Amino acid sequence: MLEIEIDGTKLTVPNGTTVIEAARSIGTHIPHFCYHKKLSIAANCRMCLVQVEKAPKPLPACATPVNDGMKVFTHSDMAVKAQQGVMEFLLINHPLDCPICDQGGECQLQDLAVGYGGSNSRYEEEKRVVPNKDLGPLISTDMTRCIHCTRCVRFTEEVAGMQEIGMAGRGEHSEIMSFIGMTVDSEISGNVIDLCPVGALTSKPFRYTARTWELSRRKSVSPHDGLGANLIVQVKSDRVMRVLPLENEAINECWIADRDRFAYEALNSEQRLTKPMLKQGGQWIETDWQSALEYVGNGLKSISREYGAESIAVVGTPHSTLEELFLLNKLSSALGAGAASFAGRYADARLTKAQQGATWLGLAIGDVAQSKAVVVVGSTIRKEQPLLAQRLRQAVKRGLNLSIINPMDDELFTKLSGKLIVRPDQMVEAVAAVVKAAAEHKQQTVPAEVADVVVSDDARSIAKQLVAAAASEGGRATVLLGNLAAHNPRAAEIAALANQLAAVTGATLGWMSEAANTVGAQVLGMEAGNALVKPRKAVLLFNTEVEFDSHDAQVALATVKQAEMVVAFSAFKHAGVEYADVLLPITPFSETAGSFVNMEGKLQTFNGVVKPLGDSRPGWKVLRVLGNLLGLEGFDFDNAEAVRKAALPQGEVGIAAKLNNAVNGVVVTLQPAGAGLVRLGEVPIYQGDALVRRAPSLQKTRDAAAPMVSLSAATAKQASVAAGDKVQVKQGDAQAQFTVAIDAGLAEGVVRLPVAHPKTVMLGAMFAPIQLTRA
Amino acid sequence: MSDLNSGLSPDSLAQIDREVAKYPAEQKRSAVMSALRIAQVEKGWLSADTIKLVADYLGIAPMAAHEVATFYNMYDRSPVGKYKLTVCTNLPCALSGGAEAGEYLQKKLGIHYNETTADGKFTLKEGECMGACGYAPVLLVNNHTMCNHMTPDAIDRKLAEFN
Repeated sequence: MLEIEIDGTKLTVPNGTTVIEAARSIGTHIPHFCYHKKLSIAANCRMCLVQVEKAPKPLPACATPVNDGMKVFTHSDMAVKAQQGVMEFLLINHPLDCPICDQGGECQLQDLAVGYGGSNSRYEEEKRVVPNKDLGPLISTDMTRCIHCTRCVRFTEEVAGMQEIGMAGRGEHSEIMSFIGMTVDSEISGNVIDLCPVGALTSKPFRYTARTWELSRRKSVSPHDGLGANLIVQVKSDRVMRVLPLENEAINECWIADRDRFAYEALNSEQRLTKPMLKQGGQWIETDWQSALEYVGNGLKSISREYGAESIAVVGTPHSTLEELFLLNKLSSALGAGAASFAGRYADARLTKAQQGATWLGLAIGDVAQSKAVVVVGSTIRKEQPLLAQRLRQAVKRGLNLSIINPMDDELFTKLSGKLIVRPDQMVEAVAAVVKAAAEHKQQTVPAEVADVVVSDDARSIAKQLVAAAASEGGRATVLLGNLAAHNPRAAEIAALANQLAAVTGATLGWMSEAANTVGAQVLGMEAGNALVKPRKAVLLFNTEVEFDSHDAQVALATVKQAEMVVAFSAFKHAGVEYADVLLPITPFSETAGSFVNMEGKLQTFNGVVKPLGDSRPGWKVLRVLGNLLGLEGFDFDNAEAVRKAALPQGEVGIAAKLNNAVNGVVVTLQPAGAGLVRLGEVPIYQGDALVRRAPSLQKTRDAAAPMVSLSAATAKQASVAAGDKVQVKQGDAQAQFTVAIDAGLAEGVVRLPVAHPKTVMLGAMFAPIQLTRA
Repeated sequence: MSDLNSGLSPDSLAQIDREVAKYPAEQKRSAVMSALRIAQVEKGWLSADTIKLVADYLGIAPMAAHEVATFYNMYDRSPVGKYKLTVCTNLPCALSGGAEAGEYLQKKLGIHYNETTADGKFTLKEGECMGACGYAPVLLVNNHTMCNHMTPDAIDRKLAEFN
């Protein structure tokens, strides 16, 4: 510990603390632009100059480590004069366009200019003008305003993992830009907007739509991935105008992913459903809630009477709130239809049966990065969990050994210590190989079901790393399962082997939840899986678009098309207009009170930030009325809090009691790789839920580009196709045409073609056989 | 310039490998300046494609190589003539006849700075300090040959050598 005196206040700080951090700890603010606690020290803005006793000139507080007995003066004549001098230089080339600048009112330069700038400028010469850059559909640029702090550059390199932005040129000619012809494509790129201390990088969708002081700030929670990033939703005249991160070191730190930030555009979309609608004689007519719900009530009663309650399917998604899912599940059981289903992309019924509780991360989010070895099994981790991927990336820099067992070898912008890249139908065998290697390494009996698997050197090294990390002092090893494991038709076997792997190596097993409330839905006892795999008479779709939210869109669409009555509770007019009979407008997360349980089992509650749009109503209210109308018991709730209490009588304790990743009674049967081509159908990052699908700016990003058929060079050669060729793809009876791309990170025989996209919905299952012919 | 998109020659790659070997394995990016120089010698100048080739070869972001290529003015990011004449216009040279040398060259060659003569023979550039202020004004030919005391007479003699 070191002693330091700042402006006469004495304090002790740990070795290695910088002056700016020491000052912050006692509430002394030192003006700065380039310094950011999550980024490396650049010390290039010079705004944080302070006087240090015995130093002949002012020193930058951000880059000056504390020495024992140091005396710092942040407001002395020398410090203030230096800060004023720096400010004068910064303002020389900065345009005086605050009245038309989006950053106006929340600009660090503007704020500090008030404190340290002169009232007029001595500089009369021409100011420099810098052309704007095209950084893509999310970030707008006014590069003349740039003060070259390089926070954006450091963010892309250090946090996002790939230096997409840089400073070209030198001296007066230096400019912040992306590489020629390239946009900024990171899935967490929007954070540079928050980082930019001036108005050089601003939000493109938000541009010129509101001034910061007109906006009210309301807390909320992201409804997308399983992390549950904390949000500040900014609202003007009952309209969501912008979404920013709410700092929570334990969950999202100070970042949010682009989908958390820009998906709000969908909330104000033209496609919002604002009135209950009924299909009569093939025509959609707008109606009132009473008639619509009575229609639904009568329909359910008569179908239940005629065909039995088991002919009713109730289907939700894990993007809905705990309150909504609780009442949905309650309605389903009260109707006699059993538990409602919630994760339509799960395809292995054995997994649901074998699970001993709600699957979760297995440890706190922050602790994942404290592991010494992590093996990610079946996850496009950057796309599925952008912020968790970011945490792992930081941890790798601190010495974490990160390995993957995946059906693809996508660029993760981090160092991998090992990888097994296999066909999607060989994921089980790949995990089995690591289990066997680990048992051999620990000189334990190799479990009989994996005894026959061939162990590669890579599998052996992954196993060794896990064992070593778990055995090291205070060390931790973690096995993380992702969506590609959960959606795999042999998910139960993957889960069983992952459990074995954790047990043999001493690692912790965790699931990276697919969606904001995957854990919550399981805690409520909902059934993971797709209820639409067999014919039904009545289907209730809650916040569900079957063509996007199912493992096999073909089968699910066939089921809803043959059903007598399909009721779609939705915030949007969607493809349901073709197969539904009733559309009931429910509100998205921004217009209802509710809660999500994130992947670490944390219950996060939020309130609606704006009023429901038009006649739409919070889902829990609609279900309450429907329950009462059907004369079912226990649907009287005054508010969302009362629903939550009924759903979780013991609150978070009740959740914790149900978290369990163990599986029981799964028979693992190793299989050889299939002979033909197999599809690798992941869900694209901006197709995961109803909101991102309708966010225009996200849909313009490269991640949302039209799906292509990706093949390894060898597979392409066998199929006699080359990059850029058109191919006809066939699954079942359905066909479609796509362009070929070469992806060196695929195993032989793998046809990578995303699901859940309007261009691929006619095709079949995510990891099923697929045929390919040259068009 | 049909070979712009094609890779670097085996000879150039071998030279780059030699530079890379001077640094620890995980510090390949340290060789970026040498690699860009080698690429420029082969290609004549550094197009965006060439910069990307170098970046990919070293396993660094294209922008990281672009930063270096734009920072140092000995890297040419547009094609240059057979003789690239770089006149130092930093302060000591400028005060000792460097500015005049530049103007004289512009008049003599009929081009401005950063332009190439119509016959493709000469390109004129402004340079940064070459560390020879005592010999001002100085001029650099094709990045390698330094010429001292470049008065108009000396410039005439020099240009005559190139004809």
